[in-house]
Amino acid sequence: MSQLAIARETLLDAPGLSEHKLEQVMDRLLSRRVDAADIYFQYARLESWVLEDGIIKEGTHSIEQGAGLRAISGDKTGFAYTDSLEMPQLLDAAGAARAIAQAGQHGAQAIAGSAPAKALYAAVNPLESLSEQQKIDLMRRADAAARAADPRVQQVIVSLVAAHDVILVMDNGGAINGDVRPLVRMNVQVIVEQDGRREQGSAGGGARRALDFFVDDERGLDYAQEAVRQALVNLDAVAAPAGMLPVVLGPGWPGVLLHEAVGHGLEGDFNRKGTSAFSGRVGEQVASPLCTVVDDGTLPDRRGSLTIDDEGTPSGCNVLVENGILKGYMQDRMNARLMGVAPTGNGRRESYAHLPMPRMTNTYMLPGEHQPDEIIASVRHGLYAVNFGGGQVDITSGKFVFSANEAYLIEDGKVTRPVKGATLIGNGPDVMNRVSMVGDDLKLDSGVGTCGKEGQSVPVGVGQPTLKIDQLTVGGTAA
Amino acid sequence: MSDSEQIARLKTVVEDLLHEARRQGADAAEAGVSAQTGLSVTVRLGETETIEHTSDNGLGVTVYFGQRKGSANTTDLRPDAIRESVAAACRIARYTSDDPAAGLADPALLARDVPDLDLYHPWDLDAEQAAGIARACEDAARGVDTRITNSEGATLYTQRSGFVYGNSHGFIGGYPTTRHSLSCAVIAQHGDDMQRDYWYDSGRVPGELDDAEAIGRQAAERALARLDGRKLGTRECPVMFRADVAPSLLRSLFGAIRGHAVYRKSTFLLDRVGAQVFPDWVDISEDPLQPRGPASAPFDNEGVATRYRKLVKDGVLQGYLLDSYAARKLGLQSTASAGGVRNARIASSGQSFTELLQTMDRGVLVTELMGQGANLVTGDYSRGAAGFWVEGGEIQYPVEEITVAGNLDDMYRQLVAVGSDDAIPSSIKTGSWLFENMTVGGD
Repeated sequence: MSQLAIARETLLDAPGLSEHKLEQVMDRLLSRRVDAADIYFQYARLESWVLEDGIIKEGTHSIEQGAGLRAISGDKTGFAYTDSLEMPQLLDAAGAARAIAQAGQHGAQAIAGSAPAKALYAAVNPLESLSEQQKIDLMRRADAAARAADPRVQQVIVSLVAAHDVILVMDNGGAINGDVRPLVRMNVQVIVEQDGRREQGSAGGGARRALDFFVDDERGLDYAQEAVRQALVNLDAVAAPAGMLPVVLGPGWPGVLLHEAVGHGLEGDFNRKGTSAFSGRVGEQVASPLCTVVDDGTLPDRRGSLTIDDEGTPSGCNVLVENGILKGYMQDRMNARLMGVAPTGNGRRESYAHLPMPRMTNTYMLPGEHQPDEIIASVRHGLYAVNFGGGQVDITSGKFVFSANEAYLIEDGKVTRPVKGATLIGNGPDVMNRVSMVGDDLKLDSGVGTCGKEGQSVPVGVGQPTLKIDQLTVGGTAA
Repeated sequence: MSDSEQIARLKTVVEDLLHEARRQGADAAEAGVSAQTGLSVTVRLGETETIEHTSDNGLGVTVYFGQRKGSANTTDLRPDAIRESVAAACRIARYTSDDPAAGLADPALLARDVPDLDLYHPWDLDAEQAAGIARACEDAARGVDTRITNSEGATLYTQRSGFVYGNSHGFIGGYPTTRHSLSCAVIAQHGDDMQRDYWYDSGRVPGELDDAEAIGRQAAERALARLDGRKLGTRECPVMFRADVAPSLLRSLFGAIRGHAVYRKSTFLLDRVGAQVFPDWVDISEDPLQPRGPASAPFDNEGVATRYRKLVKDGVLQGYLLDSYAARKLGLQSTASAGGVRNARIASSGQSFTELLQTMDRGVLVTELMGQGANLVTGDYSRGAAGFWVEGGEIQYPVEEITVAGNLDDMYRQLVAVGSDDAIPSSIKTGSWLFENMTVGGD
C-alpha cells in the first residue's frame, strides 16, 4: 500500500471522514478572503524504553492525534487545532482559524497540488518491528557492552525510542498528500569514575527505519563502546584554552556549526522579514570559496529526511551556499509566495498542534580536497574538536555558539592532550569566511539531531568533512 | 465550561483511568489529566500577523504490577483512548524489571487538603482586544527611537488550564490555573549592525501584568543598548550576571541537586548536604504555596503535599530535590519535588544594582547567555555571552561574542553579592550576581 493510501485509511477512513466532509471543512476555512489554507491530520504513536542500573526501569507508550487548520491571508495566519477528528470539532476549528482573514486582501491563486513524491523510507511501523523481548535484549546487550568495556564504568543508561507518524495534508487547491514516517533513536550514556573524578560520555544514533537498524552491524554495541571511549578521554582532560585560536573540526556531527552559523539564518521567514544577518544577501560572498553547503531532505532513511514536507511539498536538495556565494533560502509555502520564489520542501511543524515554518532537514558541507592529516598538520597551536553538544544562534546579529564535549589541543601539527568541554562563539558570516581548509572526508552525523525553533522541535541531520577555521573564540578557562 | 465543571470532568477521567487499571489487573496505579485552552495573538509592524487558538488535552497513566511499572500518555481523553492507554501501560509493565524503588508516593506524605492558591483568573478577551494590547506594546517599542527599524512583533497569550491527579491510595486532587503573558521583540539597527532583544511579563492575573507600553519600551531600550558592541581581549576579571540572566545559575544548582542526578552520582554536588556550598550569607528557598505564584502548586506531580523549604541556609546545602523514586533510591523521604522546584528565591545581600556595579569596579556585566555549556557532572561552566564592559563602577560600552568560563562549584563558593534588583518576570526570584573572578574569552 502506498504512503498516501495508508494515510487515507488511518486518518480519513477510520474516523469516517469522506472527501465530501473534508470539502465542507475546507469550505468553511475558505469562506472569507483567504489566499491559502490547509488541513493537517496526524496520528502518531511513540514508544520509549529506559534501562538504568542494569534493569529495564520504565517504558512509555504515547498516542498523539488531531488536526491543525490554517487559513492564510497575505502574511496573516489564523490557526486552530483539535484532538478530535469529528465534524463538529473540525468545523469549529475551521471557523476559528478563518477569522484572521476578515481584513485580508484577495488575490493570489491557490497552490497547485503536487504529484506523489517517491518515498524515501519504507512505510514500516517501528513499534512493531521487534518484539518486546528483542527490544529489551538489545538494550541489555548495550548495557553489558558498556560495562565490559572498562571497569571504571559506574553507571549506564540506555534509551530506545520508536515513533510511527502518519500524516495527511489537504490544501485549498484540493491536493491531498500523505506520508508515513518511521523514526527510531537509541542512546547510551555512561558515567565513569577514577580516583574520585567523574565524567560522562554519550553516544547514539537513529534513522527513519525499523528498530533492526540498531541490531544490524551491531550499531547498539558500537554506541556503548563509543560512549565509554568518550567518557574515558574526558577523565584525562585538562583545562581548555581561552581566546582566539585556529580550530579544526572533525567530520560528521561537528556540522552543527553549519546548522547554527548559516542554516538558521537562511530560513525564509527571517529573510522575508529582514531580521536575519543574511537578509537581502543572495548572490553575495558569505563564506570562503571553499564552502558549498546544502540542505538535503532527500537522503534515503536519514533522520532529517522527508518524502514530503508538512505542507505536501516534496523535499529537495537545496544549495544554500555555493563556493562561498549565497544561493538561496529555505522556504515553506507562505514565505515562498510572499518572496516570489518556489517552495523548497522545508515547511515543517512539530505536530498538528503547531504552525509550519521553514526548517532545515539534513544540512551539510560538500567535501574539499585536503586530507584530514594535512589539515591538522597545518596548525601550530590550536584546538581539534570532534564532538559537540548543542548550539544556539542569534540570527539577527549572526552570533552563534556550539559546545565541544570532546576536544584536543593541537601542538606543532599534532593532536596531543584532551581538553575539557568549552563553548565556541563566533559570528556566522565571519567564521564561514575564515574556513581555510576543507577535507575530503565528508561524513553525516549518526542520526541524533533535534532542532528547536520558536518552541517547536523537529528531527534534523548535519554533516561536514574535517575543516579548519583560522580563528575562532574558544571559551576555556586557561587564559 | 466553568472551571469547577472542568475539574469535575477531569476527576471523572482520572477515576475512570484508575478503575480501568484495576480492571486490567494492576496492583496500583496513578494518573494525571490536564486540559488547556488559550489564545495567542501576534501583531507585527502594526498588523495582526497570527491568531492561534490553542487547545491541548493530556492524560498520563502509570500502572504497577508488584514492583514493575508501565506508563502511557495520550492527547485523547475519550473512553476508547483511556482503555487503549491503560492496556498499553499494562503490556509494557510485563516487560519492565522488578525495581524496589518503584511505586506510588508514601501515603503519609500525600496532601490531605488542597489549599486554594488563587491561581485562576481568566481573561475574557477576544482576538481583536488581544491584538489591540499587542499593538500598543509594539507601537511603544517602535516609537522609542528611529534606530528601531524592524520588529518580530508583540504577542499576547492567555490560557486557562485544569489539572487533576489521582492514585490508588485514594488520593485525588485538582485545581484550575490561568497564565497570561505579553512579550515584544524588536530590532535596532545602526549602520550594518543589527541587534534583536525582547522583554515580557507574565502572571496569573490579567490586571497584574506590566503596562503594555512599558514592556514595549523596555524591549526597545534593551535592543538599542546592544548596538555597536565590541569584542574584548581574553582576560580574567570580575563578572556580574544581571538579574534577568541570573536564574540560569540557580537552574544549574537545582539540576545538580536533583535526586536523580544524585543517585546516578552524576553531579558535582554529590554528598554535599550539610556542607558549605555558598558563602555563609546565602539563603535559597522555595515557596510552592505562594498565592498567585508563577510556579505554585498545592501538591507535587505525585500528590505529595508541598511546603515552604530552605534549600540553602547560611550557605549550607540543606537537602536534595527528591521525588518518591529518587528518595527510595537514596533511603530518604520525598521532598515534594516531582515536577521541579516551585517559586525559588535567593535572598539579596542588600546592594542595589548600581552598588553592585561599584563593587565590581572593573569587569563584565553579562546580560545575555548562549548555549548549554554547564556540565553538571563536573561543574565545568563555559557559555557564550554578551553584555557591557564596566569601569570605575560605570557601564562603558556593549560587548559581544565573548565567553565566560569557570567551574560552578568555585563560582558558587566565591559569590560576592546578590543584588536587590529582583523585579524580573521569572518563577526564580533573584537579583544580579557578582563573581570575583571568571575567565572571559574574546580576541
